[in-house]
Amino acid sequence: MIKFNLFVLPFSLGLIYVVYSIIIHYYRWIKSLPAVDKVKLANGLRTPSKVLASLKEIFLEGLIHRKLWKRNPLLGYMHMSFALGWFLLIVMGNLESRIYHGAYINAPYYPIFLKFFIHDRLVLFFEIFTVPAFFRFIMDFLLLFVLSGLGLALIKRKQSQWFGLKRTTNHSFFDRVALSCLWMIFPLRLLAESYTAGYFGGGGGFLTQNLGNLLIKISPGPAESIAYIFWWSYSLALGLFFIMMPYSRYMHIPSELLLIIFRHCGIQPKKWGSSFSDLELHSCSRCGVCIDACQLNFAAGISDIQAIYLIRGQRDQYVPENIAMTCMLCGRCQEACPVGIKVDLLRLIKRREIGSGQVSDFSYLTQGHPGFAEVVYFAGCMSHLTPSIHIAMEGIFREAGVDYLFVDRGGSTCCGRPLMLAGKDKQSNELIEFNKTLIRQTRARLLVTSCPICYKVFREEYNLPIRIQHHSQYILELVREGKIALQSQHRKVVYHDPCDLGRGGNVYDAPRELLRKISDLMPVEKECADALCCGGSLGLMNTTLQKKDEVTRNVLQFLLAGNPDILVTACPLCKKTFMKHSKTEVRDIAELVHDAIPGRQIRKIMDPQKAEAAIP
Amino acid sequence: MIDFGYTITKDRQLDYDRGDMRYYRLVQSLEPSVDVCMECGSCTATCSAGQFTEFNIRKAHTLIRRGNTESIKAELRKCMFCGKCQLVCPRGVNLRNLILAMNRAIELLG
Repeated sequence: MIKFNLFVLPFSLGLIYVVYSIIIHYYRWIKSLPAVDKVKLANGLRTPSKVLASLKEIFLEGLIHRKLWKRNPLLGYMHMSFALGWFLLIVMGNLESRIYHGAYINAPYYPIFLKFFIHDRLVLFFEIFTVPAFFRFIMDFLLLFVLSGLGLALIKRKQSQWFGLKRTTNHSFFDRVALSCLWMIFPLRLLAESYTAGYFGGGGGFLTQNLGNLLIKISPGPAESIAYIFWWSYSLALGLFFIMMPYSRYMHIPSELLLIIFRHCGIQPKKWGSSFSDLELHSCSRCGVCIDACQLNFAAGISDIQAIYLIRGQRDQYVPENIAMTCMLCGRCQEACPVGIKVDLLRLIKRREIGSGQVSDFSYLTQGHPGFAEVVYFAGCMSHLTPSIHIAMEGIFREAGVDYLFVDRGGSTCCGRPLMLAGKDKQSNELIEFNKTLIRQTRARLLVTSCPICYKVFREEYNLPIRIQHHSQYILELVREGKIALQSQHRKVVYHDPCDLGRGGNVYDAPRELLRKISDLMPVEKECADALCCGGSLGLMNTTLQKKDEVTRNVLQFLLAGNPDILVTACPLCKKTFMKHSKTEVRDIAELVHDAIPGRQIRKIMDPQKAEAAIP
Repeated sequence: MIDFGYTITKDRQLDYDRGDMRYYRLVQSLEPSVDVCMECGSCTATCSAGQFTEFNIRKAHTLIRRGNTESIKAELRKCMFCGKCQLVCPRGVNLRNLILAMNRAIELLG
């Protein structure tokens, strides 16, 4: 016998719409993948280990929300109760409906509205151990689980700091509608099931039956009609939620599943954007974790440009230039994102759209032969502004007896990354080619740079056939090989992680290990992957100096909290930025190492030429 | 002309009425910090591109401020965008964005 009532229609239509919409989206994402990625996907889906890994991650991140748990248990529980609770409600509801329905295939609405169609009476007390009673218990328990999450969500509106969120997302209209529907679904289900259970005097679990009995007692109205109204409302809320889903943030639920599978198949985002990036845009749940991570928000009070607003704008095909350009590209939000969206790349893709039109002309750069050496040293533009860094590096090279070549001694050709950060990749290619030829001509086996900005672009864009090291790594290697001996000065230092070296280049340990050898390294509150940006970032295009200064002063508060003797960094730009505001001495790690070479001062005087010059 | 053995220097008078101020106004709206520039030339002194070629960002700025944009169109393409200029600027002008804004103004106004 087919059970049917008119009120199931809104739900059913909504479900048909959302399933249709998801299929269309999935089809487009997969179809418009580059051919290489399609092969990767096909291969990945045929590899059981990759499929299993995807399923594991879907379970841990999509249902349990492990990353949010780590961030804040209350936040994790809230999301888990919604995701896991709802998922189990669907699964258990389906199983429960099998008891009452012999067929293998149900109408999709049947498990959802089961309690409307079936009114099982609890006759004897030992029936509690029977299968239907077990399901009634578990379904009520799951409903309570979801409702507890809903309660937390309501509290989060007012007290977001309890959930580890200082500032929450400013949602768009569609998101608000979808959110309202989502919040209505479960209370309406509770009321509908309770009224029905109360009216029939059975069929409910510990929650709905007792609540139903109570409701019948206190509300004198026609219980059957009231229940019917609630069933209609429940179905309408579900239907409307499904219809709003493709247009709201809740599209992240189906999108993230595919994103996880894509990632496990080894598909990477492309520099100029691909359907992978579009999928990332749809996978953003707009949770707002990126807002708190952003220094422009908490230090400079700029709260409308964060990753979530960029992604939302890009999904709606409209991003104000201001949002794309106002960002330090420090990578903190990317590090914090629970979905793991490569936000900085998405922003750069947008900048490339804006900046690729303007032309550059670098024909004035003339190629001369730089000479040959074992090691080629590229100080970078910024080190020319803080010359003590390359002076120290040259001292270290000489001390270690290295055959080196200071390739940009006479003024540097930019590495190309600053142009890239402005979205001018095509223009930067000319600089990259110029430097590549220059470096190749030296026939060096190793390229050492003092600038993390250069380091990042050398590694990612240059495709050089030689090793590339930041000077902190290189010096550590020299020390390990015994080429330079160091003597600790025992001064209290703190280390500031430059963004492009830390998050950008994954170099965290080398500078720390080096500093421990020559000084007493103190820990700071936010370091390594959680390190702050100095505020001098070249990624930030259109913010006033005053705002940048606010960021710098805020970082210094964190860094200098323990009253160190020296603030050490490994980036000339960070050094230059900090020097303006810091009362504590700011030095580069190379300078500190240079000072720690024992007897350096004495030998300086012993140098015959210098000694001669010193004599009046 | 009779050669007296000396000449009069070329007229260096600027006629502001003939300058095209649209460029500067657009640049001003795109990067307001341009107004605080005191034309000290620190930017030009430190410029990476300026080490290799005749590239004078202070001059470009002065010219656009006077409404004389013809000669700077090709000039601005030489910028490598490294950002040293804005680090040394004593007035805190956001020079990288200023160059973007000048380029944008030339792009939009022809």
